[in-house]
Amino acid sequence: MPSQLVEQYFRADNLPQIWCPGCGHGIITRAIAAAIEQLDLDPNKVCVVSGIGCSSRAPGYLDFNTLHTTHGRALAFATGIKLANPDLKVIVIMGDGDSTAIGGNHFIHACRRNIDITTIIFNNNIYGMTGGQYSPTTPKFDKGTTAPYGNIDKAFDVCDLAGAAGATYVGRATSYHANMVTTLVKNGIMNEGFSLIEAISGCPTYYGRKNKKGGPVDMMKWQKDFAVNVTAAARMTPEQLEGKFLIGEFKNKPEPEYTKEYQRIIDSLKGSDV
Amino acid sequence: MEKHEVRLSGSGGQGLLLAGIILAEAAIIDGKNAVQTQSYGPEARGGASKSEVLISDEAIDFPKVRDCDLLLSLTQKSYEQYNHGIKDTGVLILDTSVTVEEGVTNKIYSVPIIDTAAKVLGKPMVTNIVALGAIVEISKIVSYDALEAAVLKRVPKGTEELNKKALALGYEIAKESLTK
Amino acid sequence: MSKKVRLMQGNEACVEGAIAAGMMFYSGYPITPSTEIAEISAERLPRIGGKFIQMEDEIAGIAAAIGASLTGVKTMTATSGPGFSLKQENIGYAAIAEIPIVIVDVQRGGPSTGQPTSPAQGDMMQAKWGTHGDHPVIALCPSSVKETFDLTIKSFNLAEKYRMPVLLMMDEVVGHMREKIEIPDSSEIEIINRKKPTCSAEEYLPFKPEANLVPLMADFGTGYRYHVTGLVHDETGFPSNSTQVADDLIRRLMDKVEVNKADIISWEEENTEDADILIFAYGCVARAAKTAIKMLREKGIKVGLFRPITVWPFPEERLIELSKQVKVIIAPEMNLGQMVLEVERLCNKHTKIERLNKVNGEIIYPEEIIAKIQEVL
Repeated sequence: MPSQLVEQYFRADNLPQIWCPGCGHGIITRAIAAAIEQLDLDPNKVCVVSGIGCSSRAPGYLDFNTLHTTHGRALAFATGIKLANPDLKVIVIMGDGDSTAIGGNHFIHACRRNIDITTIIFNNNIYGMTGGQYSPTTPKFDKGTTAPYGNIDKAFDVCDLAGAAGATYVGRATSYHANMVTTLVKNGIMNEGFSLIEAISGCPTYYGRKNKKGGPVDMMKWQKDFAVNVTAAARMTPEQLEGKFLIGEFKNKPEPEYTKEYQRIIDSLKGSDV
Repeated sequence: MEKHEVRLSGSGGQGLLLAGIILAEAAIIDGKNAVQTQSYGPEARGGASKSEVLISDEAIDFPKVRDCDLLLSLTQKSYEQYNHGIKDTGVLILDTSVTVEEGVTNKIYSVPIIDTAAKVLGKPMVTNIVALGAIVEISKIVSYDALEAAVLKRVPKGTEELNKKALALGYEIAKESLTK
Repeated sequence: MSKKVRLMQGNEACVEGAIAAGMMFYSGYPITPSTEIAEISAERLPRIGGKFIQMEDEIAGIAAAIGASLTGVKTMTATSGPGFSLKQENIGYAAIAEIPIVIVDVQRGGPSTGQPTSPAQGDMMQAKWGTHGDHPVIALCPSSVKETFDLTIKSFNLAEKYRMPVLLMMDEVVGHMREKIEIPDSSEIEIINRKKPTCSAEEYLPFKPEANLVPLMADFGTGYRYHVTGLVHDETGFPSNSTQVADDLIRRLMDKVEVNKADIISWEEENTEDADILIFAYGCVARAAKTAIKMLREKGIKVGLFRPITVWPFPEERLIELSKQVKVIIAPEMNLGQMVLEVERLCNKHTKIERLNKVNGEIIYPEEIIAKIQEVL
């Protein structure tokens, strides 16, 4: 029996979704729908864009204007949509490989432009759709099918990357902290500019199995036990923070928004075409 | 049918692309057809660049110069690179800094174009317009009035008087230019 | 000089044509020799309330244009050589997702960085086969500044009418040359806009074709909440694993062009009535051919020109007819033999075909065509 939220914002005919049992993606997708519900956005004016990968199947289940694009390119498509029609609320869903490997260039430039797009990266530290290859967020020495002897790449911190590149709202939560995902996505949508929310998601099928992280419950428990809210972390010692990761709101510094700046140029040129 | 094939050559940054555009535009003001093309290297400044203009009473099919009626060269390098395909009746308009090898039978006008812009007018940026003044006096391929109108249409606001003067001066110095 | 008669560059005529066709969005990345198209769009679009954005790379340039098109605006991107290679991924996306967009390729010497400031015609087969999988292609090829203006409008019209990417295959000569152009009055220009649904949102099937095989296209944000994907999908727009759905979709996409070929195809003929030698040429090379024909006709040699304007789909039928009439077809191209493959495929039963190829970064001269003809006669 679908909940009222699912009835209202999901394409129930397309359910159940294709994600594996124990995958965090369904929880995060629901948390995003909850943010849209709580903000009471007009579904006709919401546009959800994704790239390629497990996470990128999410828009197919959501009853908005939805666009499933090419691998890594979601933000580039979304930029065109938002600039062409700034009345649309544009939400982008990407995976960790999608956003920071093949789409890394689009990601940093969307941050830099501060275009009013809210991006949620479903980070499960692995390429799931293709069967468990290591991604730019796979921790060093962890394994993937293409890192059979351990990954020697250093992992990206997606939030640091976004903040440094110019995103004006940045936060992180996990599929365990689903309500926090909703809060951060709400704040991100309300931020007039580029917002990045990293949602840590568990992939028991590939990342978990390859790295002996236990089953879905163990992976969820890891999120609960090792996440430290950024406000609490401020009162903790480096020793206490060893091995932990931060969640919460990391950056909220509004700056002039791209499509508004462009409109200012249009307005200043009114009547000048000859 | 009257047809003129003109090649303007020099160093990148001397404004010869713009000179070609202005010349083609003047031809259109005169009611003729014109095609302008260019070739250039990767350098924005320096190197050898050329701009070609075909002017005809009829439709112009092939857009590049094949039988050159008029070659302008402002530098030695560009002269050496682009002095091919000149008709026997073709004329060479060269800056005085350009020297010509023995045996050239074409009519040559040696005009102090660069010095006039730099020293007389004190504005090297109008070198191309001085060159156009010389070209119109020597070749008459477009009318002076059309050329002046085309110059004024394309040059930056506030530089109209300077450019008119440059055009007139180019026209004058061509009259006194050395011929061989 | 009246206001409408102007000296204009090919790249500028492309932008003017695009604006005349209703372009309100341009996204791209600078690359020689197409850069003026971006620069002029940047200058012109905000003045008419349109939008220009310089994206971070070529891939993003086409992606943003496709995204913008979904909101209902007419969009274009332009590129050259290496950029055309990079755009192939999303040309395929626009083809399968049926999103109208115009992609301009001002061809330069390749492969790779090749000869950035020199003309070439080396991307003609890439236009047809560049992106993976079977996909419909419409590609037009102008040979003058005025025709660049006209064919840019036609590109938008075809993109809108058939809901697909349309390629405008220019070359460095046509893109950079300036010539006299008379801009027609807007009342003389035929403009075609995509057909939008009028049914209720509940009844709307975003990929259900009309009689001409083209589905109606709703703008994002107008209440028709639908899904667009690059995966094989059924009429609802949602992905499908059905073999039947896959087969139906790919065949329909191809048939959109095949069935409507008569509406799409155009070509130019000159002096073909009595010709026993036919020059097959397109783009800037067709201009060399015209000069060569004039020179040869003065000597009494019966030479004609066949110039495809739509290079894809290829004007097959008329070329086959002409091949039965002539003794030889000469195919000068600024590549090592691309469109000639079509000529050979269609005509080698009927006549002799001679190639003339040049890849040194220089246009083919009329004298070279004449020499080739004298050689084969």
